[in-house]
Amino acid sequence: MTTQAQATAPKPPTRSGSTTVSQLVSRLVLLALIDAFASWFILNLWSQDSLVLAIATALVTLFINVVILHKNLYPLRWMLVGLVLLGLFAIYPILYNVYVSTTNYGFGHLLTKEQALERLEGTMYLPEEAGAYTWTAYISQAGEFAVWLQSADGQGFLALPDQEIAPGQPGERGVGELDSDGIPVTIEGYERLSRLTVLRYIEELGQLSLGQAERIARITSLDSASELQPLYVYDPAEDVIVNQQTGVVYSPIEGAFTSSRGEALTPGFQISVGLDNFRQFLRSPALQGPLVRIILWNFAFAFLSVGMTFALGLTIAVVFNDRTLRGRKLITTLLLIPYTIPSLITIMVWRGMLNPEIGIINRTLEALIGWAPPWFTDPFWAKAAVLLVNLWLGFPYFMLICSGALQAVSPDLYNAAEVDGANTWQRFWKITLPLLLVAVGPLLVASFVFNFNNFNIIFLFIEGGPPIAGAATEAGHTDILISYVYNLAFAGGRGAQYGLAAAITMVIFLIVAGLTLFQFRFTRMWEEVSENV
Amino acid sequence: MSSSSLLQDLRGSRRRQRQVKLVLTYLFAAVMIVFALFPVVWILSASLNPGNTLATQTLIPRNAGLQNFEMLLTDSAYTQAYPFTRWLFNSIKLAGLTTLCSISITTAAAYAFSRFRFRQRHNMLRGILLIQMFPSLLVMVAVFLLIQQIGNVIPALGLNTHSGLILAYLGGAMGINIWLMKGYFDSIPREIDESAMVDGATHWQIFTRLLVPLMRPIIVVVAVLSFIFVYSDFLIARILLKTTEQYPMTVGLYIFTSGQFAQQWGVFAAGALMGALPIVIIYLILQDQIVGGLTQGAVKG
Repeated sequence: MTTQAQATAPKPPTRSGSTTVSQLVSRLVLLALIDAFASWFILNLWSQDSLVLAIATALVTLFINVVILHKNLYPLRWMLVGLVLLGLFAIYPILYNVYVSTTNYGFGHLLTKEQALERLEGTMYLPEEAGAYTWTAYISQAGEFAVWLQSADGQGFLALPDQEIAPGQPGERGVGELDSDGIPVTIEGYERLSRLTVLRYIEELGQLSLGQAERIARITSLDSASELQPLYVYDPAEDVIVNQQTGVVYSPIEGAFTSSRGEALTPGFQISVGLDNFRQFLRSPALQGPLVRIILWNFAFAFLSVGMTFALGLTIAVVFNDRTLRGRKLITTLLLIPYTIPSLITIMVWRGMLNPEIGIINRTLEALIGWAPPWFTDPFWAKAAVLLVNLWLGFPYFMLICSGALQAVSPDLYNAAEVDGANTWQRFWKITLPLLLVAVGPLLVASFVFNFNNFNIIFLFIEGGPPIAGAATEAGHTDILISYVYNLAFAGGRGAQYGLAAAITMVIFLIVAGLTLFQFRFTRMWEEVSENV
Repeated sequence: MSSSSLLQDLRGSRRRQRQVKLVLTYLFAAVMIVFALFPVVWILSASLNPGNTLATQTLIPRNAGLQNFEMLLTDSAYTQAYPFTRWLFNSIKLAGLTTLCSISITTAAAYAFSRFRFRQRHNMLRGILLIQMFPSLLVMVAVFLLIQQIGNVIPALGLNTHSGLILAYLGGAMGINIWLMKGYFDSIPREIDESAMVDGATHWQIFTRLLVPLMRPIIVVVAVLSFIFVYSDFLIARILLKTTEQYPMTVGLYIFTSGQFAQQWGVFAAGALMGALPIVIIYLILQDQIVGGLTQGAVKG
C-alpha cells in the first residue's frame, strides 16, 4: 500500500515531521520487542502445525514493521493497533473460513496427516501366537506387583508396572538367588506368589501394563505373557498402512486410512476436499432437503419479522403522532420498555411463558377456550411463536425510528393535501409512507440483515426445534442458516463438522453481501465518502 | 336559525367522530401496553413470588418477598451450580474492558482519518465498512479455531479465557464506529488544530488535550453501544468459554433454561431482572444519545 502523509495544516515548521533521537530509539526498542515476540509466536505456531495462522501472523508483523519504520506512513501509526486487530480477528477469520470450507476439517479429521500417523503408530496389539514369555508374580506388602518374565531361551527380565523392562541378574535391583528354573527366589520388597495363590490375583495381573512406552508386556494366560507390538506400520513408499494383526492394507481415502472394504481408521486427518462440501448440498438428498427448507424459512423469517415489526411500529407512531393527545409521552415511554431490556433475557422469559404445558399463556388459553397451540412441538406453531416473540422484541425500534421520521415531514405537505381534498387514508399512502420509506429504507435493509442472522431468538427460544425427521445432520424446523452452522460446528450429536459449517457460512456470506450492496445503493454512504474528500 | 342548527349538528357529529377516534386510540394504547408490558410484569411478579415454579405462578404474588434473590445470591445450593454474582462481574468486566480498548482504538483511528490526508484513505474507510458485513458471529467457526490455535501457544489467550474473548470482540471494534467518530471529528473546525499547531503543539497534544474533550458526546454514544453489544453477546461467549466460572451473565442464565427450568422459574426471574438492570439503567440515563446512534445505523442485540 503506497501511502503518503501530509499534515492538513499549511505546514508550519512542525515537530510532527521531525523526531528527536530519544523518540527514535524508543520506537526501535518497541519494534524490536514486538518482532522478538512475534518470531517466538510464529515459530511455535509452525511447530504446532498451525501453518495458515503462522503465515498470517508473519504478514501482520511485516505490516507493523513497515508502518513503524516508514516515515510516510505516519497516519497509519494512529490506527496500527486497530488495524492489527482488524487483520487478525476480522479479516483472517473470513479468509480462514474460506480455506476451512474446502477441507474436511471436523470430528475425526482434526489432525494433520503426520499427527494422525503418529497416533495410529502408537496403537499396540497383543500378538496371539507369540506367547514369548513365561512369568512368575511377586507381591509387595502394599499389594503392588512385580513380574519376572522369562523368554524361551531362558533369559530373565524384571518387569514392574510403568517402568522399563530390564534384563535381570541376581544381585541387581533387589533380585535374589535364582532357583533351578532360573526364577529368583526373592525380590527385595516383594514376596513370591506360589502357583496356587497366584490364582487369587490373576484378574488384577491380567490388567497390568508391564513396562513403558515402546515396550509393554501383558500377562495373557496362566502360563504366558506377551509383548505388545505396534498394530499399524506405515509404508512411506506406498503411502499405505498395514495392520500387522490381520494383514489388511489401508490407503488414504477422503482423509482417513481406509481398507479396500471401506473400513476407515480413526483418527482421520485433514485434507483439502475442494468444492466437495458444496457439492454435498446439491447431491445428498438428506442434506439438501433440510437445507432448502432452512434457507426458505430463513428468508421468510427475516422478511416477516421486518414486515411485522415495521408495520406495528409505524402504526403506533402514526396513531400517537398527534401532539395534542393526552398521555402521549407516557404511552410511548411504556411501549419502549421492551426495548430497554437485553433481548436474550426477554427471549428466555417468553420461553417460560409460552411453555405448552405449564406456561401462563397456555394455562390461560386452556381455561378460556379449552385449547392452546403446541408452541414447541408443532412446526407451524413453533414458527408462529418465534415470530410473535420477535415482533414483541422489535416493534419499539421501528416505533422510535418512525416517530422521529414523522416529525421531519413538513406539515405544509398535509395542509396542501387537505386543500386538494385528500382524506386521511390517501394522505398516509401518498405522503407519509413514501417520505418515510426514503428515510427508513436503509434501516429496513439493516434490520433484515440483522434478523437474517438472528441466532439468539432461534437458539435461546427453541434451539431450532422441533427437529426435522430424516435430516442427515441435526436440523430443526425453526433453524435458520446461522443456527444450523452452530449445530454443525458445536452442538451436533455427530461431532463437529467445521468444514461443512464453514461452507454453509459461505452461502450466508453471499446473501449478506448482496443485501449490503443493495443497502449501500440506498444509503449513498458510498458517494458521501467520495464527496467528503 | 336553521342554518346554525345544521352547523351545530355538523359540529356535534364532528365531535362525536373525534370522541370515537379518541376512544379507539386509547383502546389501542391499552392493548399495546398490555402486550408490551405483560412479560415484564410477569417476570417481576415471578421474582417476588417465593418458592414458585412455572406452573404455580400467579400474577399477584402470594406472600411477596425477596427470597428468590436471596437464594440466588447467598444459598450455597445455588451459588455452586449458578455462581450468579460471578457471572454478573464477568459480564461487566468483559464489556467494560472491551469498551475501553475499543474506544481508544477507534478515537485515534478516526482522528487520523479525519485530520490526515493520505493515499488509499477512502479505500481503507470503505474496506473497514465492507469487512464489518461479516461480523464475528458469521465466522464463528473460524474465530473458534483461531482462538484455539492461539491458545495452543499462549494458553492465557486461548479458549476459556476472558482475554481471548475480548480479542475476538475487538476484531469488530473498527466498524461503523469509525464512521460515527470520523463524522464528528470532521464537524470540529480545523482552525482549532491549526492555531494550536502554530503554537507548537504536537498531533498527540492536539488530539488528547483539545479534540478528545470535544468528542465526549460521540464517545459516550459509541461506548454505550459497544458496552451493550458485549454485555448482550451470547454466541461468541458460548463458543469460546467452557467452564461455569468463566461465563458471562448471558450464558449463565441460559443454563437455567436447560435443566429444570420450570422448577427454578422464580430464581431465574430474579437473575433475569438483576442481569437486565445495568442495561436498563444505561438506557434510562442516556436514552436520547442511544436513539441518536441507533438511527445512524447501529442495530441493538
